[in-house]
Amino acid sequence: MVSLFRLMRLAVGGLAFLLLVSMLPAPANAQQVNPTASAVKEQQLLQELNRIQGRISIPDQRAGVLEQPAGRDWREFRNVTLRWIGGIAIVGMIAAIVIFYLTRGMVRIESGRSGRTIVRFNAYERFVHWMTATCFVILALSGLNITFGRSLLLPLIGFEAFSHWSQLAKFAHIYLSFPFTLGVVLIFLMWIAGNIPNKVDVEWVKRGGGLFNNDHPPAYRFNAGQKMIYWIVVIGGGLVAATGYLLMFPFYLSGIEGMQLAQIVHSIVAVLFVAAMLGHIYIGSIGMEGAFEAMGTGTVDVNWSKQHHALWFQQQNAPTDSAEPKSAAQPAE
Amino acid sequence: MARMKFLCDADRCIECNACVTACKNEHEVPWGINRRRVVTINDGKPGERSISMACMHCTDAPCAAVCPVNCFYTTADAVVLHSKDLCIGCGYCFYACPFGAPQYPKVGNFGSRGKMDKCTFCAGGPEADGSKEEYEKYGANRLAEGKLPLCAEMCSTKSLLAGDGEIIAQIYKERVTRRGYGSGAWGWKTAYRESIES
Repeated sequence: MVSLFRLMRLAVGGLAFLLLVSMLPAPANAQQVNPTASAVKEQQLLQELNRIQGRISIPDQRAGVLEQPAGRDWREFRNVTLRWIGGIAIVGMIAAIVIFYLTRGMVRIESGRSGRTIVRFNAYERFVHWMTATCFVILALSGLNITFGRSLLLPLIGFEAFSHWSQLAKFAHIYLSFPFTLGVVLIFLMWIAGNIPNKVDVEWVKRGGGLFNNDHPPAYRFNAGQKMIYWIVVIGGGLVAATGYLLMFPFYLSGIEGMQLAQIVHSIVAVLFVAAMLGHIYIGSIGMEGAFEAMGTGTVDVNWSKQHHALWFQQQNAPTDSAEPKSAAQPAE
Repeated sequence: MARMKFLCDADRCIECNACVTACKNEHEVPWGINRRRVVTINDGKPGERSISMACMHCTDAPCAAVCPVNCFYTTADAVVLHSKDLCIGCGYCFYACPFGAPQYPKVGNFGSRGKMDKCTFCAGGPEADGSKEEYEKYGANRLAEGKLPLCAEMCSTKSLLAGDGEIIAQIYKERVTRRGYGSGAWGWKTAYRESIES
């Protein structure tokens, strides 16, 4: 009797246990686990920051940026926008110069050469000018090569020759940036006194600098046009130098987006700079009689000074108060 | 010809970095250069994911588009390769690349970069397949031997898939269907302008 009761109790217990066991997995099955419900999503991350960044276990921490599609905008700028800006600025400037030369011709010294000269730029000034100018020309050509070489020069000379030349151009671009920057700083310091805009410049600009008629608005040592060139060199040169060094020393100061921005500023300023310098080179050479010798020998004809820099010429003669200009004391050339 | 692609199944990646190590060893990649890396997003937080990333061998590759000397080329298998003989180390491909794939050995003064180095999909370079020159410049050419990239072959959880884009997409889709979830093919939209629904 007792054993029967025991047996029944065991059977009920076993049944209850089976029931319990069979019930247990049921709630687990009903609840499907989805580990991605809380997982990071690529598109969501890109929408939030336009870049995906995480932790990385290799020493190069910059590699922690997983994805940054912003490079696409930079690509569009480099391959399309910049080529248009540069093309219009440079080809436009060359066209303007050619038209100007054909219509106006060389600006002559109206009263002819006097045969007497006056010192305009001393040896130090000329050295700084030509150091900066030489660097600029090489920097400009090597820089334009990076933007336009692939479509203009590569098809002409082939892959190997173009790559070889571009490699040399890149080294020149890097190393000549240092004397160029020094030149910009020295130009800033040595000519700042003569390049502060004043009332005379307003008059000069109003009369169009005498470019389009035979007018010769008075000017001190530097006229408004030259002051413009000065500030283009100082500000433009400063900008290309600063952004250039940012690119030359990657990751020292900025990440990839900073370098993309630096390249955009560097290239836009540079192509405009090149266009402005084309105008400067023209007026300082075949555009105006007697202008080149200012930076060549350092002296200019007295009549040239009277015509183009009347106020400066008066200043030069004021202290001695004689008809002879200062430079007359120097050996004749 | 197949269109070769990489696909990292982020729900499987355990950040073991075997792909990184395998790549460095197989190609004898110089010190300081990583052709492949594993990035962990939201590390230590719920929803953390690790993704192994290298060059994705993009369709209409940005690096090739911006290169000033046009040193990139795309193989018949749609693998994006470059010539180190033509590369001038200007860094432009690195500005344009969405995945940070191009690497530069520091060889010159200042920050001047050496020849760019990146993942080749284990397909070498322009030199003759399997030649000594090719190995020295670009590493092993496994594709020419009929093998797939070592990073994916080595992957302990088979998270990283490499091969014909259609086939690996199919494998991934089947996985997603079977397990019921998937956080998507990372980088595919940026690289190939397409994604795999999950």
